[in-house]
Amino acid sequence: MEVVDIHASCDHEFIAQVEAESEQKVRLCYQCGNCTAGCPYTFAYDIPVSQVMRLLQAGQKERLLSCKSIWLCATCESCTTRCPNEIDVARIMDVLRHMARREGYVSERNVKVFWDTFLDSVEKHGRVFEMGLLATYVAKTGRFWTDMDLGPKILPKGKLSFKPHEIQGKDKVAEIFKRFRETQQ
Amino acid sequence: MTKYAYYPGCSGLGTSQEYDSSTRAVCRALGVELVDIPDWSCCGSTPAHTVDHLLSSALAARNLALAENLDATALITPCPSCLTNLKVAVHRMSDREFRLQVNKLLDKPVDRSTPVKSVLQVLAEDVGPDAVAEMLPNKPLAGLKLAPYYGCIMNRPPEVMQFDDHENPMAMDKLMAALGAEVLPFPLKVECCGASYGVARKDIVAKLSGKLLEAAEDLGAHAVVTACPLCQMNLDLRQGQAGASAGRKFQMPVFYYTQLLGLALGVPQSKLGLSKLCVNPRLALDAMHAAQAEQREREAKSEADKQTLKAKAA
Repeated sequence: MEVVDIHASCDHEFIAQVEAESEQKVRLCYQCGNCTAGCPYTFAYDIPVSQVMRLLQAGQKERLLSCKSIWLCATCESCTTRCPNEIDVARIMDVLRHMARREGYVSERNVKVFWDTFLDSVEKHGRVFEMGLLATYVAKTGRFWTDMDLGPKILPKGKLSFKPHEIQGKDKVAEIFKRFRETQQ
Repeated sequence: MTKYAYYPGCSGLGTSQEYDSSTRAVCRALGVELVDIPDWSCCGSTPAHTVDHLLSSALAARNLALAENLDATALITPCPSCLTNLKVAVHRMSDREFRLQVNKLLDKPVDRSTPVKSVLQVLAEDVGPDAVAEMLPNKPLAGLKLAPYYGCIMNRPPEVMQFDDHENPMAMDKLMAALGAEVLPFPLKVECCGASYGVARKDIVAKLSGKLLEAAEDLGAHAVVTACPLCQMNLDLRQGQAGASAGRKFQMPVFYYTQLLGLALGVPQSKLGLSKLCVNPRLALDAMHAAQAEQREREAKSEADKQTLKAKAA
């Protein structure tokens, strides 16, 4: 069993920051395990969600921001919906990855690349350009063989456009991103 | 007629264009007027809220502001991911301070609080299964066994989504039953299919979608019916990958509920887009027709038996 010396390593400022950004009270979690019981992603997580909550109560910043689980949570809302203490657990998972991003932790690089590429596409065109998104993702990750089996299934359906769906207000959408970045400085 | 501001979502222009076209056609057939939000933009979907909640709400809110000009009853969208982002934005913007922050990122600020609903909610509540059943006395989808799959975020979390039951939603069940279909008690109605991890972690999607297809097959479903473009793509396009993960070879058509509504209502094939599905929908429709033929035969036989008994009695 792993023993964490809470007195030596508890980062109180980290707990306060997560509580402020998520508007949740971390101390309300009494470790019933309902969130982990319902979480479909436990098999892929390195730390089950109820243990994320416990490590959070213990202020284990480094462990949490460097874990894989926070990048693999799909925000399916099972934990949030079933928490008996009404903690918005999925929102806490979201906030943890916001912090991980800001502090330069990336434990699931391909997931981050996919999300970033998606948002780049929205910033550029106003709407997401599916073909462009896939092409850029493959170029950035070098995963040329991933999903090769799907090409013959989807391409003949004629659904994927080879041109982006530009909108008139794409500059206005780009402005949203620009102003958002200014708030982060 | 009630007028709704319609938000198709980006996938409606691409991978889920048959969902968009069948949604529009079904709304027309059921007297639900849709007005497209002019020059709508992406809601930010999952990627935006994983980066920051202010950015996510602002991307969604640009569309709320554009919809205000349309003087519509509500903003409605077929896609649960768009729905979540739009609804969460409205929910969080009820906080004045947060609304001010969001508006600072926008060219045109959000002034009003526009109600946001799914198209499913409008069809289930404003039109209703009873009205649909009345239009279709012949029960055109009788014999079709369906596993109804809502996906994880159509109804969750309940405080934000405010629609149907969050553990056992019934809206789509009731609409499909109104068409005559046999709706099976699918236990994984709200379990996650793997969501947007298909590209970056297809092993996760294969495993989770594999579980869903297994459950549907074990129940004896002819098809899965869904209301989410991402779920549909994971279950249909990635069915081979899901089968490899589950150690089975699935042949399970995956319909959008609007395609089945449209089929029953006689919407033209070009709008239904059944040919856009990957797993051949014929597999399910043939099984349905076979069940209908069997039923007719059973009825004819029981009628003939009655006549024979009558003749004997006489």
